Amino acid sequence: MIEQLLTDVVRERQMSQTIERQAAAADALDRVIETRGLNVWYGDFQALRDINLGVAARRISAIIGPSGCGKSTLIRCLNRMNDLIPSFRAEGEVLFEEQNIYERGIDPVEVRRRIGMVFQKPNPFPKSIYENVAFGARVNGYVGRLNEIVERALRQAALWDEVKDKLHKNALTLSGGQQQRLCIARALAIEPEVILMDEPCSALDPVATLKIEDLMRELTERYAIVIVTHNMQQAARVADFSAVMMMAEDRAGEMIEYGPTREVFTNPKEKRTEDYITGRFG
Amino acid sequence: MTRTAFERQLSEIQEDMLVMAGMVESAIERSIEALKSRDVELARQIIADDIKINRKRYETEEKCLELIATQQPLASDLRTIVAVLHITVDLERMGDHAEGIAKIALMMADEPPLKPYIDIPRMAQIAIEMMVDVMEAFKHRDPASARAICNRDDEVDALYDQVYGELVTYMIQDPRNIERATHLTWVAHNLERIADRVTNICERVVYLVEGRIEELNVSKY
Repeated sequence: MIEQLLTDVVRERQMSQTIERQAAAADALDRVIETRGLNVWYGDFQALRDINLGVAARRISAIIGPSGCGKSTLIRCLNRMNDLIPSFRAEGEVLFEEQNIYERGIDPVEVRRRIGMVFQKPNPFPKSIYENVAFGARVNGYVGRLNEIVERALRQAALWDEVKDKLHKNALTLSGGQQQRLCIARALAIEPEVILMDEPCSALDPVATLKIEDLMRELTERYAIVIVTHNMQQAARVADFSAVMMMAEDRAGEMIEYGPTREVFTNPKEKRTEDYITGRFG
Repeated sequence: MTRTAFERQLSEIQEDMLVMAGMVESAIERSIEALKSRDVELARQIIADDIKINRKRYETEEKCLELIATQQPLASDLRTIVAVLHITVDLERMGDHAEGIAKIALMMADEPPLKPYIDIPRMAQIAIEMMVDVMEAFKHRDPASARAICNRDDEVDALYDQVYGELVTYMIQDPRNIERATHLTWVAHNLERIADRVTNICERVVYLVEGRIEELNVSKY
C-alpha cells in the first residue's frame, strides 16, 4: 500500500495549506504600506513616476529591475530615508497604516522607528555586539530589561547561538554575514512593524546569503519585509511578491509589473518583464 | 541547515507524487473489482475519479516548474524535480489505463463473464506490487531495488501471453465469444502497459540516484 509510505507530514501540510490560504485571503486586505501615485524628483530629474505598490503584512515583497531604475529611491521613500537629500521632492502618497507619512506634522524619526532598515553593507557601530543591539532601544528611551531585549533580538536574527558567549566583544570581529545579521538584530530591537532591506546580501558570500534568506522567511511570522535586490534569483527564491521596475525614456523609474513571485517568474504579464528575467534586456 | 523553505517545497512535490501514486493504486484495484463483480456504479466512480488524478498531476507539475523558475535547483535537487515531473506523467497515464479498464467493465457489465478471472487479477496484483515497490525505492533512493522491480515486468508479459492465447482459443471455439474475449484482451493490454510504465519509473529512480539515464527492461510489447 502506497499509503504506508506517506508520513504525517502530508496530513499536517494539508492543514497548514488551509491556514495559508486563509492567511493569503486576509492579506488581500491587510496592506501595511501602500504607495499611491508616488512621483519623486531629485531637482529637475524625475526619478520615479506614478508608483503604486502595496506591501502585504507578514510577507516578503521584492523590488527588482536593472541598475538605475529607481529601486533604492523607492524603498527609501517608504521610511523617509530620502529626506536627507536636499534636492529630493515627492508627490503622491505613501500610506503606512492608512496615514500618509509625508504629511506635515509626521515625525520622520518615529516613521523610521516603526519601519526599520537594513543596508547593503553591514554597518555595525565600532562597539560591542551587545551595545550595537541595545543602542536603538536606549536611544528610544527603553530602560531596564535591556538584556532581554538584546537576547530576543539576537535570537530573532538567528545570531544568538553564535555570539552568546562573546556579547561584549567588538562587533567588527564578526564575519560579514554575522555583521549583517547583527544589523538586522539592531533593527528588530526597537520593535519595528516593517523591515526594509536594501541589497542586504550584496556584500556576502553565498552561504551567508542563504542564511539571511532563511532568516527573512522566519521573520515573516511577525514582520512585513521589503527587499531591493539586483539579484533576480534572490527575489525569486525568497519573495512572495515581486515588483519589476524599469527606466522610461526620460530615465524616470516606473513599475511595470507587480504580482505573486511565482507568476512573475513563470508567466509574466509584461513582455518587458519576460525580457528582463530571461536576460534578454537590461 | 540552510534553505529550509526550499527543502520543504522539495519534499512537498515528492509527497504529492506519492499521494498521486496512492490514487492510481486505488484506481487499478477498483477497476479490476468493477470488472469482476460487474459493478456499474464502481466503474462510473473510477471514471469520474480520473479527473482528480489528472488534476493532481498538473498541480504537481506547476509546483515543479515554480521550483525550477524560482529556486535555481542544481545537482540532486534538480534531478529530483525532473524525476517527479516524469514520474507524475507516467502515473497519470497509468490512471488512464485504470479508467480504460473501468470503461470496459461498463461495456461488459450486462453479459455473463466469459470465464473465471484468474490471470487478469494476477497481472493487476503484480503491476500494483511493482508500483508500490518502486515508490518505496524512490523514497529510499534505492537503484538496486528499482532494477530488480523492472525484471518483474517479464512476469506480467508472460501472463499477458497466456491470457491472450487463452482468449484467442475462446474466439476460435465460438464466434459469440469474440466480443467479450476482445474486451478482455484490452483489459490485459491495459495492465501490461501499466507494468511497462512502472519500468519507466524504475529508470527515473536510477537517474535520480546515479545521474544517468539507463534503459532497464525493454518490454517485448
